[in-house]
Formats: sequence, structure tokens, C-alpha cells
Amino acid sequence: MNVFQFIAQNHAEVLELTLEHLWMVAASTVLAVLIGIPLGILITRKPGWDKPVLGGANIIQTVPSLALFGFLLPVPWIGARSDRLAILALMLYALLPLIRNTYAGINGVDRSVVEAGRGMGMTDRQLLFQVELPLALGVIIAGVRVATVISVGLATIAAAIGAGGLGEYIFRGLAMVNNQLILAGAIPAAALALLADVTLGWLEKRLSPI
Amino acid sequence: MSNSTKNGPVIEFREVAYRIAGGQELLNGLNLQVQRGETLVLLGRSGSGKTTTLKLINDLVSPSEGEVLVEGRATTQWDPIRLRRGIGYVIQDAGLFPHFTVERNVALVPRIEEWPPDRIRKRVAELLQLVGLDAGLATRYPRELSGGQRQRVGVARGLAADPPILLMDEPFGALDPITRAELQREFLALQQRLQKTVVFVTHDLHEALLLGTRIALMEAGRLVVMLSSSEFTKSSDPLVQKYLDAFGARSNGNRS
Repeated sequence: MNVFQFIAQNHAEVLELTLEHLWMVAASTVLAVLIGIPLGILITRKPGWDKPVLGGANIIQTVPSLALFGFLLPVPWIGARSDRLAILALMLYALLPLIRNTYAGINGVDRSVVEAGRGMGMTDRQLLFQVELPLALGVIIAGVRVATVISVGLATIAAAIGAGGLGEYIFRGLAMVNNQLILAGAIPAAALALLADVTLGWLEKRLSPI
Repeated sequence: MSNSTKNGPVIEFREVAYRIAGGQELLNGLNLQVQRGETLVLLGRSGSGKTTTLKLINDLVSPSEGEVLVEGRATTQWDPIRLRRGIGYVIQDAGLFPHFTVERNVALVPRIEEWPPDRIRKRVAELLQLVGLDAGLATRYPRELSGGQRQRVGVARGLAADPPILLMDEPFGALDPITRAELQREFLALQQRLQKTVVFVTHDLHEALLLGTRIALMEAGRLVVMLSSSEFTKSSDPLVQKYLDAFGARSNGNRS
């Protein structure tokens, strides 16, 4: 039986695992956007905050994902349900590209444009929302894109702590030494990653101001 | 900023020094006054402190020592937002917002001052005409304009809310010589009509002589001399002589 026949025969289960997978990725990315972008903005405003915040996000990124899941297990409420735990871990991994791209995007805005705005009496808030964020938007969306694609891949490991998702097939396949089963998880996951990449790439182009 | 005395200087520097964070001194012991309706040109080479002097006027930087008075009040006493909205600011390469159309760029200050849309539209049309731009350009983006057109938009934006003071930082510096000459002529004509108080930064002596009521020559953060354009070419100050030589504008008889 080849992998596509397997997927066709088990389409209900494949669909369920795909939806679980999507849920983990979407929830964690939305949370990361809500935290990462404001944090990225904040560190462009507070001199001296950029290095520790980016450094912290960088360190999180270096923790092996399986270990991170393990570390988070004893956390109350979070550790009680594996999907919560997976979402938190994925969110933490998504933070770095979001903070870094927001920070780089805003700092990359032509200084003379910002200074012209300030010199003509724009307030900080007006500068941020009318000039800096619109001009940085392409770079910020690129960060969301990277974070999402990484997240789709990482979410397969969440199956190791029983959070479900397409990783289920991969781990089951590994345990049974069954390549078909591994592919049944890997192919839909790769398709999801591609889909996310293309969609956000299109958005990035659409929203780039220049 | 109209309720202040009409007779005193519009802008006054009193013993102003400016140092950056590392302690390096960019300006020292600067005293100067700008009278209502004149064009004061700050002339000097790169790093002489001209641009810093300009930024002290609209409080983009604050003096480390001494004070800068605008309409009789120290810049540090002004609400910086109010101060800046009463001062037009035109910079090299125009500093236009690339994601705004010409219309929105020009309307920047009226918009943040929350003028009614009708009045903004009228004002933008008026300004485009004033700086010699076709009304059809209003919906274009800055990248779709020539350098000269961009600079005209920059001037229109600086004049939008009809500020009594105009600060211009090498506004024509990046233009080709023909366009520059054209814009200089138009600036003179415009200034004759509008009678703004203008502080104009340049490193070009010809431009300074052409546009300035008075010229303040700066070097290494200090004011060397401040003379009217006609006095300037006759000055025996060694640095002035150096400038006149460099620009081939020496007029005191010892031309070789």
C-alpha cells in the first residue's frame, strides 16, 4: 500500500490530525504576534533594551524543542494539557523572528524620513502608526512568515508529548519502522508549510509599501 | 506663535553649546539673531555645525549650554510639538514619505492639525500651484517624480500650514545645476511674496550669496563672521577669503 492510498483510506483521521496541527500553529503564531510585535516596537523605543530582549529570545531558540517541552511540563495549568503546552512552546520559538523583524524593520526605515516627520511636529504615536509601522510592514510580515513555517515543522514534535497533530503518524511510523506512515505525516505537514509560505509571501508583497 | 513681540528677533541663540553623548563638542559659544522676514544663510563645510544649529531651532536637539529663543521663548519652554508645527522644515532629498502620495505628503501638517478635509484639499491645490507643480501630480508617489519635483513637494509640505519660520537644510543640494538654479530663482520669487523668516543651510557660496539677506559663516562649531551678502564678498577675513577663492568669487581686485 502506498502512502497516498493510506491517506485516502484514513482521510478522516488525517484530516483530524491536520486540523490539530493547524490549531497549534495558528494559536501559537497569533499569540507570538500579539507579544512579539509590541515587544519589537518597545525595544526600538527604549535604548538599551534591545540587546537583552533579543538575546533572551535567541537563547529560547537554542533550547532543543524536546527539552523545552520537558521543561514546561511542571508549569501549572500549562502542563495540565499537552496542547496548551505545545502552543506555549511553539509561541516561544516564534518570538525571535517576530521581535527581530519588527525591530529591524522599524530601524530600517530611512532616518531622514522619520526626522522629517518629527521635525514637522508629528508625535511619537503618529510617527509609529503613520510612518514607521507602514514602512516596516513588509519586513514584519516576512518575520511572521518565517515564524509560521518553522512552527509547522516544529509542531510535529508536539506529538511526542501527546499533543496530537501530524507528528502522530511520524512517531508511530518511527516506532513501527514504517516509512509509509512517516510519510503520511510528513507530506501533509510539508504541504501545510508550503501553503503558509506562499500565502504569507503573497501578503508580504501586497503590504510592502514601496 | 503670533502673539509675541513683532520687533525682537524671531530666533535668537545665546551662548549656545551643543555636545553629543560622548562629550564631543559640535557647537560652542554660538550667538546669533534672525530678524523677521530675512533669509539667514548658514554657510560652512560638512561638520561645521550648520545642521545642528538648524535642529536646535525646532528642538530636534536641545542645547547643552545656553538657550535658543524662538519668538522670545526658549525652545526648552515650548511644547516641542507646537513649536515644530509652527516651523516649516525642508531637508535635502525632501525626506518625503515614500508610502504617501504627493497630496498626502503636502497635507501632512494640516492633517495632523486636523483641518477639515475641504480646507486641506484647497490648500494642497494652492500649494502645488505655488511651487509650480502640475495638479495632476497630486496622486503620484514620490518615487514617480524627478528630483526637482520631489524637492518642490518638500517645499510645499514645509509651507503647508503657513508657518512664519522656514528651516531649509541643503534643500537643493542633490539637484543637477540647471534644476538647482531654477529652484533658487523660484525660491527668491516665493520669498519676496511670502516674507517668511528663513534659515537656510548650504555649503555652496554662490547659493548663499544669491539667496541670503545675511550669511553666517561657520567653522568647527563656531560662528566665524555674520555679514550681509554684499559685505561678505569684500570681507578680509581669511576664512571668507578661502571661500571666495574656492568658488572663484573674489571681487576685491586681487584676482589673478
